Amino acid sequence: MGRPRPWLLLALMPLTGASLAGEVPDAARQAELRQLLLQDCGSCHGMTLKGGLGPSLRPTALAQRSVDDLAATIYDGRPGTPMAPWRIVMSRLEARWMAGMLKDGLDARR
Amino acid sequence: MHGVKMMLAAGWLGLAPFALPSLAVELRGTGDLGLVIERANGTVAVVETTGRSVLCEVAGLGDLSHASAVFDRSARYGYVFGRDGGLTKVDLLTCGIAKRIVQSGNAIGGAISQDGRLIAVSNYEPGGVKVFDSAGLGLVADIPAVPAGGGAASKVVGLADAPDQRFIFSLYDAGEIWLADLTAPQAPKVTRYEDVGQQPYDGLLAPDGRTYLAGLFGEDGVVRLDLWHPEKGPERILDGYGRGEAALPVYKMPHLQGWTGAGDLLFLPAVGRHEVLVVDRATWQERARIQVAGQPVFATARPDGRQVWVNFAPPDNAKVQVIDVPSLAVATTLSPGKAALHMEFTPRGESVWISLRDENRVVVYDTRTLAEVASLPLAAPSGIFFTARAHRLGL
Repeated sequence: MGRPRPWLLLALMPLTGASLAGEVPDAARQAELRQLLLQDCGSCHGMTLKGGLGPSLRPTALAQRSVDDLAATIYDGRPGTPMAPWRIVMSRLEARWMAGMLKDGLDARR
Repeated sequence: MHGVKMMLAAGWLGLAPFALPSLAVELRGTGDLGLVIERANGTVAVVETTGRSVLCEVAGLGDLSHASAVFDRSARYGYVFGRDGGLTKVDLLTCGIAKRIVQSGNAIGGAISQDGRLIAVSNYEPGGVKVFDSAGLGLVADIPAVPAGGGAASKVVGLADAPDQRFIFSLYDAGEIWLADLTAPQAPKVTRYEDVGQQPYDGLLAPDGRTYLAGLFGEDGVVRLDLWHPEKGPERILDGYGRGEAALPVYKMPHLQGWTGAGDLLFLPAVGRHEVLVVDRATWQERARIQVAGQPVFATARPDGRQVWVNFAPPDNAKVQVIDVPSLAVATTLSPGKAALHMEFTPRGESVWISLRDENRVVVYDTRTLAEVASLPLAAPSGIFFTARAHRLGL
């Protein structure tokens, strides 16, 4: 087996704080996304993310959800529920980064 | 500026309990005061609308995302409802916390009873309404929102005070409206209206205290309950205002509270659509729909009803539009700044205060000239609540 091809690596790597360069938004964008998470997601999920009209987004509540699954929910929304597709303000990769941050917990990424 | 604020606050704190005439304590009324929620740091600011200034800040109120406030009829105390279930009685004169409890795990607002003696809080977790005495915040009644068919308690939204010492609210998960009579506070009598529609997401009581409206998220429509004839039950209005088009994603839930009737019309933010719906209050039929710059969150009429100010969900929340009521058209589009979350008119409407969360300031507009006349630095401001609310039904 040779070196894994980049696309394979991308597919296999769990999204964590140490994911590939290019997948991680730069510092300024990260700050914007954090602000979006706390304020706009917080409108429904609570600013501490423990839930509101929408469910809790804390790591324990998300333990059974994969990063891909969460990223898809963020990016595409959930039809039939109030969860909107946030693709209007972020890229798919940024949605993955957000999903990873939620799985890890906000404090782990501070 | 800060020094002055601190001195004022210290003066009140130190002297208010011993208000001897010889000390020449500056007395003041509260009719031009208000609270601004600083949602990021659990603080509320006490503001005054005559000189347009921040008097002082009160910290330690917990998670204030989506926080709101009501006032007792003396307009000295504000009751702040936090997301984390916190209920805090704030003394606007001494600039301190008179009493604070955490009454649930997750809450969404509240109301004060007609006689001012009861505070009701609308809870998500556990779902229901809890009622407290407004003096000491002792628990008076607990009304779990268990739907007609049993099962888990529903999240409660759209809680408002109604005449004859009642509270009215909607069950988000269960699709019900409940009218709770608290004339005997320890034994509330609840009238339930079942199957009113899918996912009522907010409700409001008209300023005349007669009409309760609940917006339905799960379907395009609004439910109306006439409190003069509660026996007739809820009636659907604006049915299918989306006209069968695919539901549009909603980037922030519209808020219904804040509606003031403008003459014979009322203005409601559409769900998802870039429209404000205009309803004739005599027939409850749609009169018009006004195209606006984004998904409306609040559509709030100036107290005289001549203008309706509209703010928006992301990504259009840097704009505010002013609807001219006689022509039912947008007269002006303003760009007050980033994340214009909430608008509050001064009691007679010569000014409107707008919170700009992402600019850490509140701006004040003159509603006649539409010019910005003041800007007050405050941390991540959201809700703005003036004490004039103390004397209005349904707020």
